[in-house]
Amino acid sequence: MVVYPDWAALAPALALAVTGLVLLLIDSVDPDDSRPGLLAGTAVVGTLVSLGYAGWFLASGTGQVDGGTGAISLYRDALVVDGMALFFQAVFAVVTALVCIASYDYLKERAYQAEFYSLVMFAATGMAVMATANSLATAFIALELASLPSYALVAFLKHNRGSVEASLKYFLIGALSSAVFAFGISLVYAATGSLLLADVASALSALDGGLTGVAAIGVLMVAGGFAFKTASVPFHFWAPEAYEGAPAPISAFLSSASKAAGFAVLFRVFTTAFPLDAAGVDWMLLFQVLAVVTMTLGNFAAATQETVKRMLAYSSIGHAGYALIGLAAWSGGAPGSVENGAVLGASMAHLLVYGFMNTGAFLFVALAEQWDVGRTFEDYAGLGSRAPMASVAMTVFMFSLAGVPPFGGFFSKLFLFAGAVDAGFWWLAAVGVVNSTLSLYYYSRVVKALWVDDPVGEFELGGTPTGLYVAVVFAAVGTLLLLPGFAPVIETAQSVAAALVP
Amino acid sequence: MIIEALIGFTFLAALVVMLAPDEYAGRLAFGLSLLPVVGSLYMWSQFDATGNALLEGGSLAFETQVPWLTAAGYQIQWFVGVDGISLPLIVLATVLSSLAILSAWTPIDSRQSQFFGLMLFMEANLLGVFTALDFFLWFVFWEAVLVPMYFLIAIWGGPRRKYAAIKFFVYTNIASLIMFIGFMALVFNLDVNTFGLPAVAVALRSGGLSGAFGLSPTALKTAAFAAMFLGFAVKVPVVPFHTWLPDAHVEAPTPASVMLAGVLLKMGTYALLRFNFTMLPDVATQYAGVIAIFAVVSVIYGALLALAQQDLKRIVAYSSVSSMGYVILGLVAYTQLGVGGATFQMVAHGLISGLMFMAVGVIYNVTHTRMVGDMSGMADRMPVTVGILVAGAFGYMGLPLMAGFAAEYFIFQGAFASSVIPVAPLFTAVAMFGIVIVAGYLLLAMQRTLFGPFRLETDYEVTRAELHDTLPLMVLLLCTIALGVAPDIFFTMIKEAVTPILAIGGGA
Repeated sequence: MVVYPDWAALAPALALAVTGLVLLLIDSVDPDDSRPGLLAGTAVVGTLVSLGYAGWFLASGTGQVDGGTGAISLYRDALVVDGMALFFQAVFAVVTALVCIASYDYLKERAYQAEFYSLVMFAATGMAVMATANSLATAFIALELASLPSYALVAFLKHNRGSVEASLKYFLIGALSSAVFAFGISLVYAATGSLLLADVASALSALDGGLTGVAAIGVLMVAGGFAFKTASVPFHFWAPEAYEGAPAPISAFLSSASKAAGFAVLFRVFTTAFPLDAAGVDWMLLFQVLAVVTMTLGNFAAATQETVKRMLAYSSIGHAGYALIGLAAWSGGAPGSVENGAVLGASMAHLLVYGFMNTGAFLFVALAEQWDVGRTFEDYAGLGSRAPMASVAMTVFMFSLAGVPPFGGFFSKLFLFAGAVDAGFWWLAAVGVVNSTLSLYYYSRVVKALWVDDPVGEFELGGTPTGLYVAVVFAAVGTLLLLPGFAPVIETAQSVAAALVP
Repeated sequence: MIIEALIGFTFLAALVVMLAPDEYAGRLAFGLSLLPVVGSLYMWSQFDATGNALLEGGSLAFETQVPWLTAAGYQIQWFVGVDGISLPLIVLATVLSSLAILSAWTPIDSRQSQFFGLMLFMEANLLGVFTALDFFLWFVFWEAVLVPMYFLIAIWGGPRRKYAAIKFFVYTNIASLIMFIGFMALVFNLDVNTFGLPAVAVALRSGGLSGAFGLSPTALKTAAFAAMFLGFAVKVPVVPFHTWLPDAHVEAPTPASVMLAGVLLKMGTYALLRFNFTMLPDVATQYAGVIAIFAVVSVIYGALLALAQQDLKRIVAYSSVSSMGYVILGLVAYTQLGVGGATFQMVAHGLISGLMFMAVGVIYNVTHTRMVGDMSGMADRMPVTVGILVAGAFGYMGLPLMAGFAAEYFIFQGAFASSVIPVAPLFTAVAMFGIVIVAGYLLLAMQRTLFGPFRLETDYEVTRAELHDTLPLMVLLLCTIALGVAPDIFFTMIKEAVTPILAIGGGA
């Protein structure tokens, strides 16, 4: 039996980084992008390798309590590979793979394709590292590594005013929130004398009374930094602009993978570094307020939109609110117990399902942009009879996002709300259910436009882009299969979430 | 395994038809839909369940129970099986789906493969609703039925189809949510670790319920009963929750109306029987008087509304409200004939209302109008269709030797003898008066449209209907007569399944 070195546990992240470098190498050999298939193929293979590693490690118990050795810590605890990190890495890999498959068609006839794919790969690497970050310093670096390529990707359509404007807005708010985040870290360091999450936790528990205020403001500012990455209130307002202006595959990438990455590091930092019982850092109320405000604001704003992409952007904010329930109702009960991970695990499972359905929905928008049918709900009228397969897939995404039963989104929301009720926060679940019911209104508008409304004029669809079709259909199949196949997902998520607090 | 085979095959058939070319979709769908009919008849012939599926001492037929996943400490299973209450409804669902598909050949002239695919998709989910015995599984099928129905109304419906479809969807979806919350409130405070309906039913009656939200166990039970009753009452529909029904029926294409009246409404009464009246009999008997008032008001008010309509389809739609009122009255009686008769009425009304909607549809295909004042003397031109329509109408009025008579007779006798409903004879007498109104509006409408000199306000050539239009009518009429002459085809197994409910409901 071969004994692997510890750093091999970083394979999912390394695979993405190496793929990014290989893409740059290909670009230097063939700078004219004359082989788009090769570029897309390399990117997809890289993400699949990453997914394969993450899946294999999850299944074989690497870094997990059940059947494994427990969390593997690397580089003097700066990084840690545990079940949660692997779970999120699998989510990023799936989303990135879908985005790369779809980009093949989207990028046709455009310049700088190799740069596009390698930026996506580096951003994904940053996300994969975010999931493993075990110190505030690595969390910050990884967050920047994920963010900087994203700014460039949003501005990828550089002759399009909307794209550039979106990128600038995204960048400015990103820079501001990075500053807030860094300042928060420095305050936490000032109070505790450490950046390692475990040391921060023990220092906070035994904190001198005089430093409580400093630590509390630090925690608050760190939360603000994560709010930017997860597109939650109060740092959410870049999201509609960025998602609308960016190329649709990048919108999918940002709203699914990047958001999940924000949650990965948010969950880890708050559950391991900031113990609830320490003086002045009772953050549960904070996240309860943020969850309620975020989901309500996202939903109501989504209901008033006229363009599908913008509606999806606001719905993405709403879903950030649902995912925040995972922290807002986190009981921090007996360490290692299954109940402890129940609601957090449900939140993680929701992010996985969301990765499929939301990516799929944005990719359908990419398909519509490719066909040039227009952006509003009315422009989608009659697509159902012209592109039945993609429209069926979009119908699946919409119903699943709304949480209607026969799809994956039903179970993930259900577990989330049931977990909240179980933890004693039935009012949080109630707000979630009401929001979820209301969301059916604007999701069903898309379905109605696709199938029921008659098209305004005659129009022809320009061909069927294979890559986009494959990605959309694959996402739909994933969304459907997550209903019968939800058992392993939720069990894995809950057990790795329970293992988060040793 | 046969239940899985039936559901799986029907889903697969839906997929195949969806991908088939429009020209063959109708014929293909009808051919494929015959297999579930054969399968359900085979189930009927091999049926060996005893007692009630949810109560002690009951044994299921064709049972499968496989764990699916565990949620917050509760086990969710793939748990299906049938007893004497569900089997007749399964046969009804398969037979009526096939015939509805056949009746759709003429009126559906666009996007056929989608239409017939959705019909089969709906059938598969209906089979799931009537066989699932795990709450989650059941709820998934229950909600999944709405989706195809929404599209059937919204795409192939009449002029106000979008309004009707969205109204249908919103009404029934909100009702489902209220019911869902009611049931969850029960289960979360109950001493069980599964969503299996039998386990929940047993635990509820053994007193394993603890209070919650500041309510005592009894108050919680009552609140949950009210939430579930409200949720199902919208589906049935019970007056005053019926307003979505006429819109949906009038706008829906005829085959969808047939499924809506014939099978979808029965989901509501089936769920009422399974959940409210079997799981919480103490609350049901305590408030039997109130429920009986709802039932009788539905019967009389629905019939009066039907009397006031000029649109043939609206008449049949409102008369469904009236007929479903009888079902509620029978259920709350807690007597063998009452509950058994109510279950039998679900099947009988499914057949007869399906027959009526189809017959009206066939006339509409030819005349392009459904207004009573626009035509008369149709009997002259369409003797077969009109003959069957008249026979069906008499079935509605409770002509002896037809299924409607057997069902209503059972219900009235059962309700009259009920020891649960206060002043039961009075309620029964008032409800029976509903029959008189039914006879009134049906005879009136038929006299004006079908008989007398021929006159038609629209410019269409009236020809005899095709065989594939009249064949489903004939089959339904034969089924109605067969069940009227020999109710024991279903009534024996229904009695077997409802008897255990009476013991817990305090009825005789």
